[in-house]
Amino acid sequence: MKNKKYSKEMLLDFYETMVRIRKFETKLTEYFTKGMLYGNIHTSIGQEAVATGTNKALEKTDLITATHRGHGQIIAKGADTKIMMAELFGRKTGYCQGKGGSMHVADVSLGILGANGIVGAGIPIAAGSALASKIKGTKEVTVAIFGDAASNQGTFHEAINMASAWKLPAVFLCENNNYGVSVNIHTVTNVEYISDRAKGYNIPGVVVDGNDPIAVYEAVKQAVEYAREGNGPSIVECMTWRMRGHYEGDPAAYRDRAITDEWAKKDPIDNFRTRLLAEGIEEAEIVKIEEAMEKEINDAIEFALESPLPDPSEVTTDVYSSDNERCVAR
Amino acid sequence: MKKISISKAISEGLHEEMLRDENVIVLGEDMAKMGNVFAITQGFLEEFGPNRVIDTPISESGFLGMSVGAAMRGIRPVVELMYVDFIGVSYDPIMNQAAKMRYMTGGQVTVPMVLRAPMGSGRRNAGQHSSCLETLFTHMPGLKVVCPSTAKDAKGLIKAAIRDDDPVVFLEHRLLYAKKEEIPDEEYIIPLGKADIKREGKDVTIITWSRQVYFALEAAEELEKEGIDVEVLDLRSLVPLDWDAIKESVCKTHNVVVVHEGVKRSGFGGELSAQITEELFDELDAPVERVAALNVVPPFAPTLEDAFFPHPADIVKAVKKLLNK
Repeated sequence: MKNKKYSKEMLLDFYETMVRIRKFETKLTEYFTKGMLYGNIHTSIGQEAVATGTNKALEKTDLITATHRGHGQIIAKGADTKIMMAELFGRKTGYCQGKGGSMHVADVSLGILGANGIVGAGIPIAAGSALASKIKGTKEVTVAIFGDAASNQGTFHEAINMASAWKLPAVFLCENNNYGVSVNIHTVTNVEYISDRAKGYNIPGVVVDGNDPIAVYEAVKQAVEYAREGNGPSIVECMTWRMRGHYEGDPAAYRDRAITDEWAKKDPIDNFRTRLLAEGIEEAEIVKIEEAMEKEINDAIEFALESPLPDPSEVTTDVYSSDNERCVAR
Repeated sequence: MKKISISKAISEGLHEEMLRDENVIVLGEDMAKMGNVFAITQGFLEEFGPNRVIDTPISESGFLGMSVGAAMRGIRPVVELMYVDFIGVSYDPIMNQAAKMRYMTGGQVTVPMVLRAPMGSGRRNAGQHSSCLETLFTHMPGLKVVCPSTAKDAKGLIKAAIRDDDPVVFLEHRLLYAKKEEIPDEEYIIPLGKADIKREGKDVTIITWSRQVYFALEAAEELEKEGIDVEVLDLRSLVPLDWDAIKESVCKTHNVVVVHEGVKRSGFGGELSAQITEELFDELDAPVERVAALNVVPPFAPTLEDAFFPHPADIVKAVKKLLNK
């Protein structure tokens, strides 16, 4: 960054996305505490740099599969925070008309093939999307986003093996936040880095600082270009930390306080803000973004709360695309 | 008209759809170079190339999941599980992904894939290669389930399944593959959810599908000698279910036997029996009778396997019991 490789506009754009995610997630924690959100909420607070760096490296036509902790990735890919918030509040105006909620947000027109409630299930879906691009002869790249814990699912191995064998235009992006709910990755995995496994598939594997959006951006950009040129997939592993529990209400007592405090100093947004100032960007410009994002998320909440819940009669719609009524009846 | 086997009929249906729509692909174990264990895709690799005819590694969960992803992008994968029993290692992509994707995304996404899976007992393949598991799939909202019994039906139904925008599980009985039948020369489609009366009768309705259709027809011949006139209704697809055809037949005969090769407990026969009892109780002269496999693991030895799943004699016995004869 010191060499002014990136424009001020681009840096501020990165910052804006990270702040948008942080404010979105923080607002969710408030409303969860108020008892106004249904189901489980998995926030990505602390992981905003991964989402931002990854998606800024993609074209609009590129695709992603996200995880149960996918709000950040989906926002960074371009989802409208109003429609997303409405979905998380179970409203008719949400992305899935209230049928999916937090873990199933999708917008195929934006290349978001969906978050997923099953750990590791998005990896083969992403590889399948990459296969579709290969069959069609089109140039999109699909990024499978998954956590460190998902790398121990069989789907990780099966999908990466096939993607490598067939040189599919995919990137396997591991958001390594060190924990699968309460289990530290190193207590269940005998490699230092998940990307060490890339050797086993004869594909590139890199580790980057997942709290630095520029580092993530550069690594993903390289992997995406490599895939787009027909060289096949790679693994990009982003080392990060979820600053809250697995779900809202989880005190995360299984993590060592000292390590949590250490990671708190690496808050991706605080650090990036400091770097922007060091680049000579006026604080007023930064504050302007923060205020705009605050307003956007407040508006999103307002939109969600004013939106109607789906009518109970809609419980039977959209199970099937044809013959729905008959298939649901019996 | 031409006389061809069921495996050839499925092959022809696939072939026609691949010619018609370049988004149709086939993938699975031994589908390309070998052309499938039952020659269903023989010659396809040469004709359609490796992008559309794909030999997968033995990674059922992975390639079913990839089929879901490809289908979400507009490809129409016809993916084969070599044995339906292997769904045990790959249930998530079909159950949690393909089946639910449309609903969970509020109707944004379609998953136009066909999961073809041979099934069935009688080949002495023992516990992990002999099951009929249609009930696993009918239990999962979002899936359509097809079980053809004849060459004509298999061809018309595979074409309908490929053109359907929903995930369709297409279950083929291994012991029917070689069965030959005359089918039309011209192109035709058989819509999903349309049952077929394979034999008309007035005394009792046997509702069945897949290989048991033939066993029911054999039983009907036997029963005819004793003056019992049996109607055999082949459902062909379980989801969607042709309730109109069931209702019409039940209202004609007032006696129902449901026959299937999967195990009896929680089998689809129980579902049919319940629906008929709930809605057509006044039409029934006797409780619905079920004939199904025993609630055991598919055994190996011929004596054991033959005792495991229904044969024509079991159906004859059930009909007589139902009619008090």
